[in-house]
Amino acid sequence: MTGDATERGLLISPIKHGTVIDHITAGEALNVLKIIGITGTTTESISVATNVKSGKMAKKDIVKIENRELFKDEVNRISLIAPNASINIIRDYKVFAKKGVETPEFLVGIVRCPNPGCISNANEPIQSRFEVQEKGLHCLYCDWVITRDITSYII
Amino acid sequence: MGNFRVGLCAGIPVPIPPGQKRCFMRHIISIRDFDRAEIDDLLDKAQKIQSRFDSSSLKGKILALLFFEPSTRTRMSFEAAMARLGGVSISMGSVEASSISKGETLADTIRVVSGYVDTIVLRHPKEGAARLASEFASVPVINAGDGAGQHPSQTLLDLYTIRQSMKIDGIHAGLLGDLRYGRTAHSLAHALSLYGATIHTISPKGLELPSSLVDELTRGGCEVINHENISGIIRELDVLYVTRIQRERFPDASSYFKVASSYRVTPDLLKDVRDTFIVLHPLPRLDEIDFGVDSLPCARYFEQSNNGIPVRMAMLEKVMK
Ligand SMILES: Nc1ncnc2c1ncn2[C@@H]1O[C@H](COP(=O)(O)OP(=O)(O)OP(=O)(O)O)[C@@H](O)[C@H]1O
Ligand SMILES: [Mg+2]
Ligand SMILES: [Zn+2]
Repeated sequence: MTGDATERGLLISPIKHGTVIDHITAGEALNVLKIIGITGTTTESISVATNVKSGKMAKKDIVKIENRELFKDEVNRISLIAPNASINIIRDYKVFAKKGVETPEFLVGIVRCPNPGCISNANEPIQSRFEVQEKGLHCLYCDWVITRDITSYII
Repeated sequence: MGNFRVGLCAGIPVPIPPGQKRCFMRHIISIRDFDRAEIDDLLDKAQKIQSRFDSSSLKGKILALLFFEPSTRTRMSFEAAMARLGGVSISMGSVEASSISKGETLADTIRVVSGYVDTIVLRHPKEGAARLASEFASVPVINAGDGAGQHPSQTLLDLYTIRQSMKIDGIHAGLLGDLRYGRTAHSLAHALSLYGATIHTISPKGLELPSSLVDELTRGGCEVINHENISGIIRELDVLYVTRIQRERFPDASSYFKVASSYRVTPDLLKDVRDTFIVLHPLPRLDEIDFGVDSLPCARYFEQSNNGIPVRMAMLEKVMK
């Protein structure tokens, strides 16, 4: 175990296996959990630290998820709200792998279209589909573009 | 052929409904799915058809007209186009009398109707409905208007009518009227930008072209110029595209009439226009265009409406042959 783990040892206890999402934009930890689909009903044990002092950023949030290694597409969704996050896969108490988050090309079933007239909000057997563009998230059904407040549209 | 970006929504793999093969089909969902060469190709086809066509070209083919929203013109012109090519159209009747009122999803309706026909023409109140339909259909889907969304056959016939009088490249096109809600103006502006046109906008306060569209057009290299009034720019225009200003956008009758009268196209306004200048309107018109304009050589809106037939014939042939 290195630096942070011992320094923050009091704040959050080490995990044996799992994932540490580090360098989350301060205040976004709960949204990170939401966007990767971890809700109140989850069985994993989760620790969240928000507004932690950090060298790289003034303040950051950290999320630790025990016994679950996140998949690539789960991880990439995080970039929408915390583009600087780093993903540490922990095995046997050690950082086994570390990676950044990449912006995904498409989001399927992750955010709801804000357009009430959009077919993706009707009772149809489809998932919402957005293309991630520079200007925002572009609904592939109705062409609506979400330019801000993305987290409030997370399904 | 598969030139159109097809069914699988913008190339993203979508779950394939059980019992359905993934195949590339020719849907016509949005003018935005077309590049310039594909548009030209369709317009060329329509032009050929207008001079000569094979009246048994679609013999034995069946077209489903699924209109979840009333529309007389679009529906009749698709029906007429299909009949001219020797095909047959069937329709579902009124929404109230159909299984839709029993709460069937559009996806299911499309899967079922796909089994009966060779192409589906869909008009639906929800935006993106045609895109959804294309994902569940096993036959081509043609969008005949989805709510405030797309209506590609209208845009194609608008372009076709312009092209009958002039080369589209680099024209100065004026868009007049409700440019905020007028979807025909949005799609046309997008299509014209592919031809390097300059777009001039003239609209009442609050009914301007959405800034997101202006940004997009500008980013694509299209010049968009807004004008306070039509008289200042009319002499520079090659095309004036007039759209309806809807009464319901205004708080009361008097403010509507005040605005509407200042956007009215009259013979007087058109006195000194360019020789090749034309006036278009997607119809139906209220009083945006004075009846006196109808007899001027520049009035092309009825011709434009008639052009719906060759253009829709071309679309039907394109997807079924
Ligand atoms: N076994 C563990 N249990 C819980 N958290 C851990 C464990 N091992 C490491 N961490 C946490 O994972 C993150 C990454 O650990 P690492 O040792 O790579 O720190 P670092 O060198 O500061 O990395 P970085 O440059 O990404 O900040 C830190 O926040 C650390 O506290
Ligand atoms: Mg660190
Ligand atoms: Zn949408």
